[in-house]
This record gives sequence, C-alpha cells and structure tokens, in this order.
Amino acid sequence: MISGTIQARIRAAILQSVPILLLAAGAVSLLLLALDFSPIGIIRAMAAGSLTSWLKFSQLLSIWVPLLLCSCGLLFTFRAGLWNIGVEGQVVMGAIGATILLRMNPGFLPPPITIIGAMAAACIGGGLWGLLAGVLKNRGGVNEIFGGLGLNFVAQAIILYLIFGPWKRAGIASMSGTDILARDLWLPAPIGWRVAPAALVTAIAVFILTWIFLDHTLFGLKVKAVGLNPKAARLFHIDPNRYGLVAIMVGGALAGLAGGLQVTGVYHRLIPAVSSGYGYLGLLVVMLANYKTLPVPLITLFFAWLAAGSIQLPIMLRIDSSLSGVIQGACVLSALLVHGLRTRRQG
Amino acid sequence: MIQLVNIHKTFGKVKALQGVNLHVRPGSIHGIIGENGAGKSTLMKILTGFIARTSGKILIEGREVALKTPESARRLGIGMLYQEPLDFPQLSVLDNFMAAAADGNPQRQAEIITRLGNRFGFSPQLSARQGKLTVGERQQVELMRLVRDRCRILILDEPTTGISGEQQELLFGTLRRLRDEGRAIILVSHKLAEIHSLCDRVTILRHGKPAGEQEKPFDEEQLLQAMFATLPARSSRPPGRTPGRPILTMEEVSTRAGRVGLDRITITILEGEIVGLAGLDGSGQSIFLQMAYGLLSPEQGRVRLAATGRDEMARVFLPADRLGKGLIAGLTVREHQLLAGAAPFFIHGGCGRAETEKAIDTFSIIGSPDTMAEGLSGGNQQRLLLSLIPPEARLILLEHPTRGLDLQSGRWTWQYLRSRLPDNGAIIFASPELDEIMEQADRVLVFYNGGIILDRPTNQTSYQEVSRAITGRV
Repeated sequence: MISGTIQARIRAAILQSVPILLLAAGAVSLLLLALDFSPIGIIRAMAAGSLTSWLKFSQLLSIWVPLLLCSCGLLFTFRAGLWNIGVEGQVVMGAIGATILLRMNPGFLPPPITIIGAMAAACIGGGLWGLLAGVLKNRGGVNEIFGGLGLNFVAQAIILYLIFGPWKRAGIASMSGTDILARDLWLPAPIGWRVAPAALVTAIAVFILTWIFLDHTLFGLKVKAVGLNPKAARLFHIDPNRYGLVAIMVGGALAGLAGGLQVTGVYHRLIPAVSSGYGYLGLLVVMLANYKTLPVPLITLFFAWLAAGSIQLPIMLRIDSSLSGVIQGACVLSALLVHGLRTRRQG
Repeated sequence: MIQLVNIHKTFGKVKALQGVNLHVRPGSIHGIIGENGAGKSTLMKILTGFIARTSGKILIEGREVALKTPESARRLGIGMLYQEPLDFPQLSVLDNFMAAAADGNPQRQAEIITRLGNRFGFSPQLSARQGKLTVGERQQVELMRLVRDRCRILILDEPTTGISGEQQELLFGTLRRLRDEGRAIILVSHKLAEIHSLCDRVTILRHGKPAGEQEKPFDEEQLLQAMFATLPARSSRPPGRTPGRPILTMEEVSTRAGRVGLDRITITILEGEIVGLAGLDGSGQSIFLQMAYGLLSPEQGRVRLAATGRDEMARVFLPADRLGKGLIAGLTVREHQLLAGAAPFFIHGGCGRAETEKAIDTFSIIGSPDTMAEGLSGGNQQRLLLSLIPPEARLILLEHPTRGLDLQSGRWTWQYLRSRLPDNGAIIFASPELDEIMEQADRVLVFYNGGIILDRPTNQTSYQEVSRAITGRV
C-alpha cells in the first residue's frame, strides 16, 4: 500500500511538471526562433559546455552546492510562510563569518578543525542575519521582504568595507577581493575536480536533513501549520512568532554555510560578489518546486546546468550567457502560471 | 417615495428574503428591525445595488427601477452610511469628501464641507487624516458627502455602534433635519431606544419575512414579540450541575479590540457551569471568548484562571470561522490529530493513523485521514474540531457551536460536549440562536455594546427578558 502511494505521488509529480516544462520550453524556443537561433543548437552547446567531461561536470556541481544549500534554507522559510528575500545578505554574512575565523588561523589548531570552525561561524553569521530580519518583523512590524531587502544592502556595504578597508590586500585594495587564503585552509579538491568532495557531501547531507526535518518530524509539521494559518496555529499551542524565528534562523544558517563554502572551497578568499546571486536563484528554485522538498535537488541541478552550460554560449554561438537567466525565468513564470491556473480552477 | 413590492432573494437553497414589502414616505424615518439573520443586510444590499433581487419590484416615485449596480443606486439618489465607514483612511478629510465629487475644485469643496459642517454642527478638520478620526467623525464626513450629492433616500446601518453619546445626539439632530427637508431615511437598528426616539414607522423582519409594521407611538411588547420567534416549550434539558469553585474570573476588563471592545467586564464563571453568551453579533461576545482563551490581553483589568497543573492545555477555543481560524487549510485530518495530540518527534506515514481512524469513526466525520481540512463540509469541520479537544480540557470556549449543522448533528454536538465536560470544567459559548442558549445553558450573559447588561440563570429568566436585553432594555 505504501509503495502504491509512492507510485501515485510520482505519477502526480510527473503529470504536474509536464505542462510546466512544455510551456517553458515552448516560450523559450519561440523566443530563440524569433532571434534566429536554433534551440537544438543551443542545447547541444550547453551540454557540451557542462556534460562532456568530469572536469566540466564538477564545475556544474560547484554551482549546485551553494544553490542547493540556499534552496534548502528557503524551504524552511517558505514553509513558515516567510518570504526570505534577505537570503542574499545571509550568504554574504556567512562568508564574512567564515573569513573572520580563517583569517585568525590559530596555528595551534590543525587546519581541518579551523575549516570546520569557519563553517560553524558561517552558519552563525547567516543565522544571526536571518534572526535580525525575523526580530524586525516580530518586534518592529517590518515585513520580512522589506527588512530582508534592506539587510541585503547593509551586508553588501559591510563586505565592501571589509574588502576595501581592514582586510584589503597588502598595498592595494581591489574588487578582486582579499588576499588568497593559506593553501592548507582550502577545502581540498582532487586534481581534475572543480568541486571539493567535502562541500558536495555537506550539501547532500543538508538536503537529507532538510527533507527529514520538514517532512517527517513534528517540528516540520508545526512550521507548516504556522505558514498555512498562524491564527489557527495558536489554538494548537504553537507560537507563530517563535517558529517563524527558528525557520528564518535555520534558513539564514544554511545560506551562510553556502557563503562559507564559497570562501574556503571555491574562491579561497573573500570577494565582493561572493553570493553570486545564488540566494535569489534559490527563491526561484523553491517556487518552481511548488515549495515541496523532493524536487529541489533536481531543479537545482537543472539550474546549475543552465548556469554552467551558458558560459559556453558566447564562445560557441556568440550568444550572451545571460540566456540561462532567460530560461530560468521562463521556467519559474511557467510554473507560477500553471500552479496559479490550477488553484484558480479548484477555488 | 420608495416602494418595495414582494421582494424575494435566494442564495442557492437559502431563502434570505421572502415577500418583503416596504413603503418609505418622503419626510419620514423608517426603522427596520430584526435579530441576526433576519435579512436586514440583504435588503440593504439590494437597495444599494450591491446584489440583485431574485424577484419583486422596486418603485421610486412611482416609477419602476432596475437597481442592478451601486452606480445606478447612486444616480437614483440612494445613499448609504455603512456600519464600518467605507472611506480612505490614508487620505485627508477633504480628499475623502472630494472623492466622487462631480466638481473636483478643492477650494469650492472646502467651502461646501465647511458650510455643511456649520449647518449640522459638525466641525470637520479638513487637513486631518481620515484614519485618525473617530468612527463618529468619519460617519459625519460620509453623511455630508451624501448630502452634497443630493441623496434623497438615505440608508443607515446601525449608525450608533461605536460612537459617543454626544456624536449620537448630533447625528440624531441631523437626521431629523434631513427628514424635515423631505428626504426618506431608512434606519436599520436593533436598539429599541433609537427606534423610539427617531422613527416614524417601523418594519419588523424575521427569518427573511415581514413580521409586522407599526406607526409611532410603538408598542414595545409587540415589537419584541414580532422580532423574536416565540419560545418553544422548554425542552428536556439535563439538570445543571452543582456549580463549584471559580474557574474564570474577570475584573474590570476593558479593551478596544473589535467593533465595540469590552467595557469593564466583571464576571466569575464557576466549575460545572454551561454559560451562553447572547447578543447581536459583534456586541463583545467574540472578544470576551478570545480574552478568556488568552488570544487577547486586556488593556485594563485582570483575567484570572483557576490554577491547574498544565494551564495551557486546560483551555480550548472553537471559533466560528472554522476554516479561517480553527483549522489549518492544507493539512490533513491526520495532521490535525498529530498537532493536537501527543505525537512523537519523528513522524512517518503511519503515525496517528489508527487514532485518526478511530476519531473519524467516533465523530462520524465524512472523510479519510488524508482528507484536507478544506475538503470537509462545514459540519464535518466542526466534528473534526470537537475531536481535537484534549481529554484534560477544563474550560471549553465555543463560538456558534452548531452553526451549519443540521438538527441531529447539533443535538449530537451538545450531547458530546456535556458528556466530556469534567466536573471541574465549564463551557462558555456564544450563539446567535436564542433557542440554543435557553436550551443548553445554565446561565445566560447578554452582551450589549461591549458590556454585560444581563446575567441570569436560564431557569430564572424568560425569553422575553433576554430578547429585551439584546435590544438594550433591562
């Protein structure tokens, strides 16, 4: 009976996504044909750019890791009924938190411990930044969308101040970021890998924990209840404010972890654009997943493929790489449209 | 001036109005009274063009009119003053006054509002923000706007709810003046004092049907009898329990929440009591229940509960808006059971399934453990809420406990509530049905304008006394 329901759920999921994919593919193809590009050629170029070798695929995975982490964090906040636009700032504050610890580099500790400590600091940095948006909402009546947006600007200002001020490279301050970290503080990656195995394992573990916590615990059920009907939740002795705070703190911590991993695993220094827009992209991922947990790894993988593959477009077809953004946007709009039409028909 | 002939209105199967006739003469104030659900608001919405009648004729000055949209009502000179002012709180008084004015010249409009203000004794502050004004002042701005737009038929819905005594005097004076100038005024009210001092004629509605009409001077006893259906023979109500120690005490509790707030409520509810809260909708019953549950805290005064080991679990509240405030749309029946019961931290698909199936069986809920709350019918939603009451609950608070239930489900609900109430527990319920209160409650509290104006054991009061109290007469 259990397997029956799983099969039914998979069938329902496929049925749900087919119209979305058709709509998105149709819209993008029409756009490309109108611009006189062949959609097939573009898919081939993007596949060549990301799927033809392990090196290229590991490049794709290095995008997948932060995107998956941000999306997991956003699942928590969306479940609680919060629009965590502040996710970008939380990535940045996580990166700063990690950098603080990595720069201190207490020599008496073995480097792996320092790196683990830096990741913890990243979670704390992002989590506190999330908590701040939550407190602004609960105590100050500031909608989390506006609070988050404001805090994003503040985080961006802080990172620029640090890079051009106290943490500037010896002699010159530049947009290219701080000094490169000592080699032993890099998250190790084997030769021919663009992604650190540790980061990959972390992201997968975080996803599994997210899935367990949100879909298979009483905590997850309470978060969902708060998101769906905060008034009724109070009658079930669930404090909506408290659960909202926990959700946005967890969300911030996971976004912060993404930022920390970018510092120690990808850039090996703090750069101004450390978040690379993965937070905002995560919002689109979770919306496309219709706020469900299980589709998120696949959708993030698809988006990572678009991002990685599109780097090839200017070289091979002389198309601007921002085409990937167009495709991502078309997917999300199609998904929102299909979900919206479906709810309207039911309602 | 305006004449309604044999008006019917049905919403699906529900007959909201059945054969209502009304004749309002120019230069008169015509009252419309009736209890909750008598059809007063439906009638007003038809007159203002918000909803279309199912059948019947409307004549204005002898000519038949269609009256299908609010715009056509406005053009015919029908204006309405709503209970909740329909204005733009962010804009200034002058901007609000200018809204929908044919002439948009601020200077001329300022002159007009000042002149009207002088005439009626209002003192509008043109640059003040509308939202900062009291309900009474907002009402004055609306009233002046209607007069400016040459409204000939003026409808007022419970205009004295939430305004001060002084503002009421001003309003009454204005209404009398407008009447003497030849306008037709329709006053919807449940306050007999108001009807007495203002109206020339009154029509009583009951359950959507006309239940009588009277010329001034009114016979109050007859009005009351026409408003409320006669009490059915006292049913076989189980004997009340012996009241025990206090379970809930309120001392001088006041708040401004809700339409009328609460006004210095002092009351003690005892263990073993079943207390019914009567009154027109929005007279304070709902705020009282929310206060007793702890959803609201008093601005003044104190709420005390009997000390128990696990205070938090000892109270439950079943709100009238079941899907909006009591249940969680998007969660299944089983998930509701998990939230209400003692669920383990880790949940799998089988958790709580057996218990839920048992509850579905016991409470005859039509649905499965995986049915979403919004997929249940109103009656089944109420059964689900009842099934979620924890066994240790001692204070059970309910709003409209049998709304939307058929007779049998209603009876079953009360049997269940009585059977599961512990000796040291109490039930407090608000109901728009006086029958239900007289039948089920040991004690009745009548709310009027945010205060309790009558507090009696049900076997020491009469239907008549309670219905008088609902209209503000004790």
